[in-house]
Parts: sequence; structure tokens; C-alpha cells
Amino acid sequence: MRVALFVTCINDTIFPEVGVATVRLLRRLGVEVEFPSAQTCCGQMHVNTGYLREAVPVVRQYTEAFAGFDAVVVPSGSCAGSVRHQHTMVAASSGDRSLVAAVDTTPRTYELSEFLVDVLGVTDVGAYFPHRVTYHPTCHSMRMLGVGDRPTRLLREVRGINLIELPAAAECCGFGGTFALKNADTSIAMGTDKVQAVRSTGAEVLAAGDSSCLTHIGGLLTRQRAGVRVLHLAQILASTEEQPA
Amino acid sequence: MSVTFVGMPKFPIAAAEALANPQLRRNLRHATQTIRAKRAAVVAEVPDWAELRTAGAAIKDRTLRHLDDYLLQLEENLTAAGATVHWARDAAEANRIVADIVKSHDVKEVVKVKSMATQEIFLNEALEAEGIEAWETDLAELIVQLGHDRPSHILVPAIHRNRSEVREIFLREMGNVGLAAPDDLTDVPRDLAGAARRHLREKFLRAKVAISGANFAIAETGTLVVVESEGNGRMCLTLPEVLISVVGIEKVLPTWQDLEVFMQILPRSSTGERMNPYTSMWTGVHAGDGPQEVHVVLLDNGRTDVLADTVGRQALRCIRCSACLNVCPVYERTGGHAYGSVYPGPIGAILTPLLNGVEAGPVEASLPYASSLCGACYEVCPVAIDIPTVLVHLRSEVVDSHRDGVPTAEAIGMKAISRIFSSPRLLRVAQRAGSLSRLVMGRHSGRISTLPPPFSAWSSARDAPLPAQESFRGWWVRTNGGHSSGEPGRPEQIRTEPGYSTIYESGPDSGASGQPMYGSASAGHAEGSDASGPGRAAPGPADQQ
Repeated sequence: MRVALFVTCINDTIFPEVGVATVRLLRRLGVEVEFPSAQTCCGQMHVNTGYLREAVPVVRQYTEAFAGFDAVVVPSGSCAGSVRHQHTMVAASSGDRSLVAAVDTTPRTYELSEFLVDVLGVTDVGAYFPHRVTYHPTCHSMRMLGVGDRPTRLLREVRGINLIELPAAAECCGFGGTFALKNADTSIAMGTDKVQAVRSTGAEVLAAGDSSCLTHIGGLLTRQRAGVRVLHLAQILASTEEQPA
Repeated sequence: MSVTFVGMPKFPIAAAEALANPQLRRNLRHATQTIRAKRAAVVAEVPDWAELRTAGAAIKDRTLRHLDDYLLQLEENLTAAGATVHWARDAAEANRIVADIVKSHDVKEVVKVKSMATQEIFLNEALEAEGIEAWETDLAELIVQLGHDRPSHILVPAIHRNRSEVREIFLREMGNVGLAAPDDLTDVPRDLAGAARRHLREKFLRAKVAISGANFAIAETGTLVVVESEGNGRMCLTLPEVLISVVGIEKVLPTWQDLEVFMQILPRSSTGERMNPYTSMWTGVHAGDGPQEVHVVLLDNGRTDVLADTVGRQALRCIRCSACLNVCPVYERTGGHAYGSVYPGPIGAILTPLLNGVEAGPVEASLPYASSLCGACYEVCPVAIDIPTVLVHLRSEVVDSHRDGVPTAEAIGMKAISRIFSSPRLLRVAQRAGSLSRLVMGRHSGRISTLPPPFSAWSSARDAPLPAQESFRGWWVRTNGGHSSGEPGRPEQIRTEPGYSTIYESGPDSGASGQPMYGSASAGHAEGSDASGPGRAAPGPADQQ
């Protein structure tokens, strides 16, 4: 099986360590993941802000980058959701039949926890992370993809971890892409409540499967000097005694 | 006529004002979380909820596909049962029809059943202009009306008020328009309800004309249905001599049996009740029983425009249950007034711009963006309206409506980013520029605490991360996909790593075939680095904190 890593634009540019952790994790599990360098972005920011026309070349780039693989794995619920739920719509809106066909034949894109649990059939990935952790299930992984308890099943098997339930976990953190700028006051109000829930757990680490949401929550946490660090799910799952996250 | 309130600012401005009101925040949080939990509990009891939801959506979709047929059937059966049917294209026509009927009976007041359709057309204001007073008889609508306020929720319009505020309103206002509240009124809910009951009873017994909406209109029988919790609706629908019902054309259901589905999903979704307390059904006129003159005003007011929108038309399935409001994290914090429209919350954020058009004003253009697209609304909607998808669809209408004018900074930025994301080579250049920005911004703390506009909206309360010193793709090339050692984010290596540029530039744009350029560890891309075995992955991430 030829598996491609879609690292996402945000991890590529700002959080490369999430991509590195994903590669390490998959390699440890015997998957020699490839990185097609023609990849850029899923186009979600354009679609969700209303720039459907501008999303068309980005979606085309995605189909070209991943053509020929058996599966794509991405450490993001939101980007996986965009690929699986929006690319067809973008292609249809473009009126370009070749793009519609290309989207149809692009290999299935799996969010990381889906790939680990459903494709590889593992929940114990051999990780070690002796810290107090709380997990925020991001909206798109939960409601758009329906990853369910896959991330927490994976986290529970991590040796040494003390996983604490996050109060009101299912509630949105308030990031929402350009919502965070266009409706900054509401976004910050939502994020502040999320941060309050995180801090109430006494966790030293907040984990989630989306770097975008973690940028928002983490930005509030560091501004408040909260002493809680944010880590992507992939970083905890990649963590070992020899190479701790 | 627009369903927005006159002079309302766009959502972000109205929301900022609401967010600054701690009493409002507390009232909303308490109320929405209470109803949310009740709904979740009673929905969980129903084993076939998913099937009911699918059935609700399917019945509504089928009806909307054949709306013209069902409306004519409804008219025919209403008329046969002794009702008079009126057709209203818009709010002005509907208000004219209602006012003329009321005036023909030479009365100066009417009692009202809670109705979104009459709010949508601002009927009370139209009647007032004709010298007719319309008394709201739903408890929460009464609170809103007495408080010279606006409703902030579809189902519980006074959700923004707590009981001590209600007590103050009753004491201050009831005496001005009818029976006063007792001086020793407490803020105990039973006392407040008692005061409202006495105040309203006087109006119920005096009124000659009542005005209602309808939750459902059954085409095959000509039956109208009103679903309510307080019994005030039953009083209005049975006591007066004349009954006028203003009914949106999407309220029609083909058959009596279709009600079976909706009478299960509506109470559980709206008030969190298993069964609706007061369900009134009437079919035209019955000699000697109830109103002897029955009028039905079938209202379009933008609905056929919504029907013409292939993505947006699903909004016409809405049964006004408010489950989406109660679960919405945005609504929970801003309340309903911020939406500037008769229809607040997630459903309002799509229905308002759908009915009025996104170009109607600043409220309509801003509402599609009044959501983080978290999807909680879609999850609870009993007729499966995919609100996030409709929001995104309306956002593209907003953007497209500005394409002919002078491009905004946002549009220019979005086009530029689109070009970058269409070319891996441009993306790499942008990433390198971003890495260099570390030299001037926040290189000590590793994060940015102040940004220029419009990004200052981010940094006002949130730190922003810096672009990485080395991108993931840079790391992949330099370390041969991690098979050679190398941590991301060592600036000296970004600039000096031999072969980085040449390898990279031979890659992406020539890779139009879509074949990966840097796949498995075969070629010696990583010359100059101390190669280690494939089992030895790259060390952990650079600490950006």
C-alpha cells in the first residue's frame, strides 16, 4: 500500500514538528509514508470564507499531488473533513468535468486516528508520555468525520499518561478559521470558556488533533501565562522514552 | 419587507455589545444549557430518532417539491370547510389583509397567539399604525412586549431576561395597558405566572378578534395546527368570534398522517418535552363552536426565492424548534439580539439572508459569517438542515456580490494565497520569507503578541505563533524524509544545507503528474548530513515555546 502524508499548510509552515511526529509514528508502525511535494493546502480557508472560485486551483493541486496513492493520511480532522466533504462541491461549482473526475478518483483521505485505528488496526502505538493530559475533540473531527472515541482510545494506551476528561469537551473552542478574525470578540469569548475548562482539569498538556484549534487555544493559554502547553495528538503518540515530546 | 430590525448593525458589532453584558451572558448560559440538557435526555430515549429525523426531512422535501399542488389542495379544503383563504406575496400585502379584516369588525384590539410569521412581517407595528392594539398572550412574548423589547429567541423570546427583571417589568408596565400586577409581586415563577394569567384573562374574555400563526397546515383536510405549552393559544383560538391565521407557505403538510412524525420530533427538540402540552387543531368553521369567521393568510414573503436556491431551500424544512439556537456556542454567548433579525441563531443566520438576499444590508451580509461552522446545529436539527453547508454557500454569495466592485484587502489576500497554494514553488518561497520574519518578530519568546490590523483582532487576546525556522518540506528534503538525522527549525541549516534549493526546485512544479518527488528513501538526497538508518527517525520538534 502506498501511503501519502498530507502534512497540511499550517503544519508545513508553522508546526513542522507535527509532520515529523506523524512520520516517526507511522514509520514505527511499519508504514513507509511518502511526502508528495506537489501538495500545498486543502483549500478549506477559501471555501469557508466564501472564495469558492479561488479554492478551485487549490483543490486541483490536491488531486494532482495525491493521484496514484492508495491512501492519504493527514494529522488534521478539519483538513480531512474539507477534503472529504467540500472538494466535490468545489469541483462541481467549477464546471470543470476533469476536476470532478479527479476529485472522484483521488485516494481516500484519512484523519490520523482513523488511519491508525481503522486501517492499521492498532490502538497501542507503543508511545510513552508520562504527563497529565486533557483532550479536546475538535468539531470537524467529531461532527464532520465522526472519529468518535478513536483519539481517546489511542491516548489511553499511551504508557504513563494520565488522561483527564475535559468538561464540556464537545463545545467548539471558537477558532473557526477566519471566524477568529471576522468575529474576534465572539471567538475569544468561546476560547476563554474553553481555556477555563482546560485549566479546571489541572492538566499540564492540552492535546487535540488539529493544529489550527491548538493555535487559538494555545495562543490564549500563553497570553494568560497559564502554564499549560498544547500538543498535537501525533506528538503524544510519537513520543517515546528515547524521544519524548 | 425585510425580516431584519431597522437600523441594526452588522453581527460582529452587535455581538461585541452583547458579549460585554455579564447579566445577559449568565442568563443565556443558564437557559441554553438547561434546555440543551433536557433535549438531549428526551431525544436519547427515542430508539428511532435517526429514522424520524430522516422522515421529517423527506416529508418536507417532498412537500416543497410539489408545493404548488399542495397549496392549492389546502386552499380548496380550507374553503370547503368554511374558511376564507387570502394569498400574500409579501409583508405589506399580508399586513393590509389582516388590518382590513380587523377594521371590518370595528374593533381596536386583538389577542395574539405566539407566531413567528406575524413577527416576520412586523404585524403588530402595522396594526398599531392603523390604531389597533395587538396583545401578545404567550408569557415570554408578553414580557418582551411589556418591556418594549425585542424577542431574542424563537421559542423563548425572553430568554435574555431573568425572573427579577421580569418582576420589574410586570410591576412597571402591566398597569399601563390593563390589569396591574399586585404591589407585593415576588420573583417566584408561580407568582409571576399568576400575575400574567390575571392580566391576560381580561384580554382573552374581551377580545373579538384573535390572530395566530400555524405550525402545520394539512392539505388533505384543510386543518391548521398550533402547538403551544401554556394554553394561551387555546384561549385565543376558541374564545374570539373571528380568527385570522398568518401561515408561511412552507408550513403545509400533505396528509394528516405526516403529523405523526412532527408531533414526535417537535416537542422533544424544542422544549425537551416528550409530548406537547396544548395541541390545537381546527378545520374551518364549526357552527356554534369556536370562531365563526376563520381567515387564513398564506404568506410568501421571500419563500419562493428560497425555494429557487438549490442549496438554501432546505432551510424551508425548518419547524422553528430552536434546537439549533440552544446548542449554538455563538448564540449562547451573544444572544439573539445580535443577529438583528426576527430569526436569530444558526437558523436565523441562514434564513434571514435567504429571505432578504445577502445584498439587502450589512446584517444580511454579516450573518453567514456569524458561525464557527462547528456543526452542532446540524447535529441537533430534527429535519437535518445542513446549516454549515448553507452558511458556506451564502458566504460565497456574499463574496461573489462584491466581485464587480473595488476588491477588498481580504479579496486581494485570498487571491494571493490561492496563487501560492496552487504552486508548491511559490509556497516554498513564501515559507522562506515567513521564516525570515522570525528575525524581526518575537524571536526571544518564540511567539507574537502584537500584530498589525486586521490581524490585531487575533493578537488582542491571543499570542500568535511564528512561522517555523524550517518548513516541514524543507526538513523532508534536508533529512531525506527523516532517514538522515536533523531536527526541523535549525536556521543555520536552512541557509547552508547543500543541495536544498536544487533538490527542491527540481521537484514540485515539474511534478504535475502528481507523482511524489520525495518518496521512500532511495536517492541520496541528503548528502552532507550524517545519515542514520531508516529505523532512526528524526528527533523531536524544536521547542517553539
